[in-house]
Amino acid sequence: MYTDLVIEHFYNPRNVGIIENPDGYGKVGSPVCGDLMEVYVKVSNGHIADVKFRTFGCGAAIASASMASEMVKGQPLEVAGHLTDEQVAVALGGLPEAKMHCSNLAATALHAALENYYEEHPEARPSEQAE
Amino acid sequence: MSSDSRSVYMDHAATTSVDPRVLEAMMPYFVQGYGNPSSLYRLGRAAGKAMDAARVKVAEVLGARPTEIVFTSCGTESDNLALRGTALASRSRGNHIVTTSVEHHAVGNTCAQLSREFGFEVTYLPVDSAGTVNPDDVGRAITGRTVLVSVMYANNEVGTIEPIAEIGKIARERGVPFHTDAVQAAGSVSLRVNDLNVDMLSLSGHKFYAPKGVGVLYVREGTPLQPVQTGGGQERLMRAGTENVPYIVGLAAALELAHAGLSAEVERLCSLRDKLIGGILGSIPDVHLTGHPTLRLPNSASFAFWGAEGESLVLHLDLAGVAASSGSACASREEGPSHVLEAMGLDATLAQGSLRLTLGRENTEQDVDYVLSVLPGIVRKLRAMSPIYVPDALRQVTGGSVRGTGAAE
Repeated sequence: MYTDLVIEHFYNPRNVGIIENPDGYGKVGSPVCGDLMEVYVKVSNGHIADVKFRTFGCGAAIASASMASEMVKGQPLEVAGHLTDEQVAVALGGLPEAKMHCSNLAATALHAALENYYEEHPEARPSEQAE
Repeated sequence: MSSDSRSVYMDHAATTSVDPRVLEAMMPYFVQGYGNPSSLYRLGRAAGKAMDAARVKVAEVLGARPTEIVFTSCGTESDNLALRGTALASRSRGNHIVTTSVEHHAVGNTCAQLSREFGFEVTYLPVDSAGTVNPDDVGRAITGRTVLVSVMYANNEVGTIEPIAEIGKIARERGVPFHTDAVQAAGSVSLRVNDLNVDMLSLSGHKFYAPKGVGVLYVREGTPLQPVQTGGGQERLMRAGTENVPYIVGLAAALELAHAGLSAEVERLCSLRDKLIGGILGSIPDVHLTGHPTLRLPNSASFAFWGAEGESLVLHLDLAGVAASSGSACASREEGPSHVLEAMGLDATLAQGSLRLTLGRENTEQDVDYVLSVLPGIVRKLRAMSPIYVPDALRQVTGGSVRGTGAAE
């Protein structure tokens, strides 16, 4: 049911852990539902200088967090802010339909971490995202 | 850690391999002895004789009459026939079914349909924290309108064995037919229907080393039952369709083999199971044994790990060569977490870390040692990346009974 790429990321997840004194922190999901994800970001010169995540969840949850962290590391905040859960799933070669909704949370968690950063640094918010 | 390519199958509650002796017994009925048991000529009569002999063997293991054995295509079909067949045959007498909140979906979803489409009222009895039904609850739930009681013999997720004989006694005193889904119990515990006080009993061949695609429903003479599948007059009108002769022969051979060597195999499996349970509870912190601590299937060890999700445990065990399963929401095809663990009152987050290891004939002590050597590292790895794992947090959600007796209260 999982692609080889999902399995590969699951067994060797990238960017696992926490960042002490992060610039942004986001947490989404619910342990009661079986998937909880938290993302830490370090921002430098308008770019994601570092990103770490921790996940309680299934294969899809861990693999999507790993893939999303690779996709945004080193990227401008604007680019990271546009990442969608669907793009993460596509990059993994697809996810089972049942996993799309509950386990594919990485981009959403990343957005929560960016929002947390913009709360402290409103000037850094890309203008098109300003609301 | 596991550089060797060891392969350990510990999911015998899901399915078993076909015993070579069973396959050998089946082989004459595919290419040479392929006759239809309903045919008059010798080829058909030979197939009919093979089926009759199989029916006698199954009846002997159950302590039943051969005429009380109905061959079906699987355990689910047997459950469907028992529930729908009895309920629909009894509509003039009542509209109430008593069952439990921990049944297999073959029973649960059939009850739900009988309720939805035929207006039956269904009482789903609760279980205690070990997953055990209280027989007195059955007695209290039966009304003058009750047409069937159905309680599983042993639970497929946590291995808890239900007090079937006691429940059967109560149902009989009240004059209500009693069905038990014995799909997980077969090959592990006695199936003597008169000791168990059951009127109907479901079996599935592939849980005891026969192939997938064949099952049995025992129906005590006089039990109200109408066919669910109609057509020709096979199986004494109770299950139409040309009989699957080779598979029926295989099921009977497998059941006979399983129950001939039962006590020795049960002793062996209990010893392996207890080593597995003791090893896991002793080497991994924050793990809860699910199901009854002692009144459980000889081959079943089931756990809930705090802070390590079930599907991830299963995938990592697979990488290490171990086949196991989980009832976590993510690992199952259901929307929510396991209805069994929920009914047992297990904390919802803890229930997401469920793992079931079920032993079988080919498992050895080395297999148990191997699982005990790889599992602690897997749990550690998942907890290290888990935002919810805090050592000792489990003590709070289980009221202190960390080292797992589910029957603590």
